[in-house]
Amino acid sequence: MKQVNLDSKPNLDRRDFLTKSSVGLAGLAVAPGMILFDLAHGREPGEAASNLVRWGMLIDNNQCETGCDDCVTACSTENGFSGGTKATDSQWIRKVQLKDNLTGRVSSLPMMCQHCEEPPCVDVCPTQASFKRADGIVLVDKHICIGCRYCIMACPYQARSFVHEVITDQKTEVPRGKGTVESCTLCVHRVDKGETTACAEACTKAGHSAILFGDLNDPESAISKRIRAVATTQVRADLGLNTGVRYEGI
Amino acid sequence: MLSKSFSRLETRYFYALVALGAFFVFLGYLAMHTMEEHGHIVTGMNNQIVWGIPHVFAIFMIVAASGVLNIASIGTVFGKTPYKARAPLAGLLSIALLGGGLAVLMLDLGRPDRIIVAATHFNPTSVFAWNIFLYSGFFSLAVLYLWTMMEKRMNVWSKPIGFAMFAWRVLLTSGTGMIFAFLVVRQAYGSALLPPMFIVLSFAWGLAVFHVVQSAMYAWNDKVIDPAVQKRMKNLLGVFVLSSLYLVATYHMTNLYFAKQTGFELFILRDGGIYPMLFWAGYVVLGSLLPLLLLYLPGLGNTKSVVSASLLVIAGSFALLYVFIIGGQAYPLSIFPGYEVNSSFGDGQIGNYVPSIYEILLGVGGLAIAFLITIISTRVLNSLPQDVAVVAAKNDK
Repeated sequence: MKQVNLDSKPNLDRRDFLTKSSVGLAGLAVAPGMILFDLAHGREPGEAASNLVRWGMLIDNNQCETGCDDCVTACSTENGFSGGTKATDSQWIRKVQLKDNLTGRVSSLPMMCQHCEEPPCVDVCPTQASFKRADGIVLVDKHICIGCRYCIMACPYQARSFVHEVITDQKTEVPRGKGTVESCTLCVHRVDKGETTACAEACTKAGHSAILFGDLNDPESAISKRIRAVATTQVRADLGLNTGVRYEGI
Repeated sequence: MLSKSFSRLETRYFYALVALGAFFVFLGYLAMHTMEEHGHIVTGMNNQIVWGIPHVFAIFMIVAASGVLNIASIGTVFGKTPYKARAPLAGLLSIALLGGGLAVLMLDLGRPDRIIVAATHFNPTSVFAWNIFLYSGFFSLAVLYLWTMMEKRMNVWSKPIGFAMFAWRVLLTSGTGMIFAFLVVRQAYGSALLPPMFIVLSFAWGLAVFHVVQSAMYAWNDKVIDPAVQKRMKNLLGVFVLSSLYLVATYHMTNLYFAKQTGFELFILRDGGIYPMLFWAGYVVLGSLLPLLLLYLPGLGNTKSVVSASLLVIAGSFALLYVFIIGGQAYPLSIFPGYEVNSSFGDGQIGNYVPSIYEILLGVGGLAIAFLITIISTRVLNSLPQDVAVVAAKNDK
């Protein structure tokens, strides 16, 4: 039977953990099949995602520069799609320009799948192709998506795209297919390796650092600390979906 | 009986009609094949308007399929004799329409080859998944119902099966309404009024289809519908058309009253170009008011005007569904209320949609499937409604 370590200080790295809880470790070592789950790092191949983690992002609207679309370009490059902006092209992330109707304040922010805790796309999918992983990442199983597009109708954030054309030269880590629906995977293939998302990386590289990726369940993570310290917003919070992507400054 | 009235020439006409139906089914097949090979890029659909004209055809047929069965229910469940005589034809028509509608719905999927997955991976929270169950149940019950009506030894089962069928069809049309009613974020949808609205619309659309087919069958067989029966049925169509108008008006009025919905309503009813035009000219005037005049004006209401009224109701239903399904998606999502937004992905923009020939042909192919099933089954099975004049007159009180 698989078990996970329910240590109350999941922020400790592996070395600290081994040192400080040697008694507990001895117990775990003798129990066959047990997994020492290290929350701060990526998953081993074949290891199930855990609900002890909830991946999310915090986007600082004040740092996001109007006109910069490095996050969008990085997403296209990382996930192997054209980056075209025809109405039939896939766009997993887009820059939205906002103008406050009352004050006239203008700003800009990246919009993508909000990785809801209660995702409407998952509720409506007839075949369970839309699903939420234990660690909060909302994905589409390309093998069982029948292309009904009901999830696109249900998504409050217009975050999903339908693949309208035959696709060639796909990336092996990012399976896609004509006639199926897709959206931001939160760079799940990178996250599972312990890396950050392509958009967050590109934003940092551009010097804006407007996108902060991390574990919302870890009270010591940078994202959790930030969310505790400043006022953040969930887009369409009135829908009660508890999004994994939060915004600051809107 | 039926076969006697067909002369040799009429048989030729019949085969010509079958060939015509088969031709359009073939065109639908070619369209489907192109869509499957190249993807939805050959349609007018895009990431803003993901359900296009095939859904208009499919939903019309599915809603009308359950509505036409209403004729049978009035006979079986509510015991009205003239309608009892029409129950077998109503049953056949509902199977034909559901067959055509489902064919379009399935073949418009991104991956129609995976349709079996819908049965092997069932999501209990999905209204779509419920509908798959409701459609297949409806199909099976309709076949069973026909059997109990057409096989003398099974007649005793006709009433209980008829009751089950009635309950099932109410659920089925509610399910169709719920597909939209459960979409909380789309301003056009997300209303509890939609399931009952679809039920009432189904009454009107189903009866309109029935009138057209019944009149064609009578004319084909050189027979005249009992005037008393015709009068009852045309009055019923009028009542259904009026009730539909009432519910559609209520739906728009409630929306107009909510400030957050006003923008959407003004788009659909006034500013949205093709959508207000189709709504007012297509649905309200041609699809509702004109049929009402044809049905109720003194001196009118004969077979010709009933058929014209029915055809107009059917045309109006396509206009209404186009506005509801495509207009409902064309209006942008309200992701940032209180902000003016724009982006490369259609935020804050009215979605563009021009249906392509392929998707129109797919829809027409579905209608052709329904047409083929209807003309073949009405010829093979004895489904021409036979009225006993006295009974019809007595029931006309």
